[in-house]
Amino acid sequence: MTSCYAAAVRGNLAKTFELTNTQVFRRAPLPRSYTDFLGRKLFLFLLTMQGLGAFALITLGVILRKSGVAENVIRPRIRQEIVRAGVALLPMFFFVALALGFLVIGQTVSALVKVGAISYLGSTMVIVVVRELGPLLAVMLVLARVGTAHVIELGTARALGEVEALEVLGIDPVHYLIVPRVIGMALGIFSLTIYLIIGALVSGYFFAFLQDVPMTPGDYFKQITESLSWLDFALLALKTIAFGFFIAIVTCYHGLAQPLRLEEVSRVAVRAVTQGVIVCVLIDALFIVLYLLT
Amino acid sequence: MSENQNIPAIEMRGVNVAAMRDASFTVVEDVNWSVASGEFWVIAGQEHSGKSDLLMLAAGLMSPADGSCKLFGNDTKNFSEAELAERLRAGFVFQGGQLFNQLTIAENVALPLRYQKNLAEADVVRPVESLLELLELKPLADVTPANVAANWRQRAALARALILKPEILLLDNPLAGLGARHLQWWLRFLDQLSHGHEQFGGQPMTVVVTADDLRHWRNDRRKFALLRDKRFTPLGLWNEVEAVNDPVVNELLAVQIEATI
Repeated sequence: MTSCYAAAVRGNLAKTFELTNTQVFRRAPLPRSYTDFLGRKLFLFLLTMQGLGAFALITLGVILRKSGVAENVIRPRIRQEIVRAGVALLPMFFFVALALGFLVIGQTVSALVKVGAISYLGSTMVIVVVRELGPLLAVMLVLARVGTAHVIELGTARALGEVEALEVLGIDPVHYLIVPRVIGMALGIFSLTIYLIIGALVSGYFFAFLQDVPMTPGDYFKQITESLSWLDFALLALKTIAFGFFIAIVTCYHGLAQPLRLEEVSRVAVRAVTQGVIVCVLIDALFIVLYLLT
Repeated sequence: MSENQNIPAIEMRGVNVAAMRDASFTVVEDVNWSVASGEFWVIAGQEHSGKSDLLMLAAGLMSPADGSCKLFGNDTKNFSEAELAERLRAGFVFQGGQLFNQLTIAENVALPLRYQKNLAEADVVRPVESLLELLELKPLADVTPANVAANWRQRAALARALILKPEILLLDNPLAGLGARHLQWWLRFLDQLSHGHEQFGGQPMTVVVTADDLRHWRNDRRKFALLRDKRFTPLGLWNEVEAVNDPVVNELLAVQIEATI
């Protein structure tokens, strides 16, 4: 239905070149009304979901099918992306873990002690830090630092014809440009989340200690470990890898999957970050449902 | 002569060429063209006449909207990943080079070889160095394309296409914007390739170039064709080009420019 409508609208546009269906929907002249506005937003949402879904499946297919192809070229690129989306961000994550510990956890511990609810400390920390705040904060920071760079790099490469150059040389652009970024980001976000959680929990206790909270480090960490189950570890791993995979898909899709002109790159970067945030929230909601069901 | 040598390097029959950016728009119609191995063709045409699209199609990078296009006897419509080796018998040089900006010139040249043969960086040092030396690019080996003049970027793109030792070389307007010294170098080097360069096994390479200025291509060995009004017209050798009384050909020869600006 969407493609039929796009074809109809396309016929009315003066410049028919270089427009994808999504671009047609963005530019199509429509009478001003709320229904038109909502209809356009709905069509755009459906087209974007269709595009992202197809792109994710293509990428997964290439990861599986070409795992042994050109390893000497792809493996160094994956290492490079892990450094970029993981190792290089460690100093920033150390700082954020300290801040999170001081600002949130330390105060929570202190408040729980004051109201005599210290026995809830472990479960509170697990729900707040391990399940929610840690992964979400990690993915937002990586999206801001690395995701935007992906869109700009790939968008510029696309606009300058580098993707066509890869195809000419018999190099699969998805294999060369996307697969390393997806794997790098998934592993980067997974590792950084673990470091962030550990750092925040340690610095949180340190802040509580400074407030003379009557609790030994042994009691503090014992409560937390007793509240953790195998499901927390499994779902944390799944969630962070899903975050990394889909953030990389969203940013790479916007940079690479559609024809771009140089002047469009900055606008597309903003759109990719917005959609990245929405995708993170949707994945998070899905995992909350999973937690509630188990 | 063996049977393989009789197969045309490129053969088009009744081909309609679609625009690369919009497959529903036909830029050239009913192309009937045959390029024998070792020939040197110059496809002339004005801006937006479909030269680049025709060249991309000849390289097997696009399928014809209609008709059949064969590369060494293999229909390009059937090209999939399994036939990649067949497609890579044709090398392609974009106008402007389209080098990878994140890589140095040497890395740009090495990439296709490393990817196709799964080689480590150290394994390609020798072939890359010798090619860079041949194309006088060695001093620029560790420089990224953004810091290299356009003349040299175009030459680096040629090196990148040659590293896989193609049998056909397709070049999109290779002389556009070149200085006099580079222009002479390109004409001489393409002729050497066409005659058979010792670094590429001494076999004559089939060369197809597009051009929007025919003056530099004057040579009795080269064959010429014209793209005009969606039509592909083989003109023949240089003396036949000069004999054509056509305003577009005259314009491409800069005999009489009547362009309205």
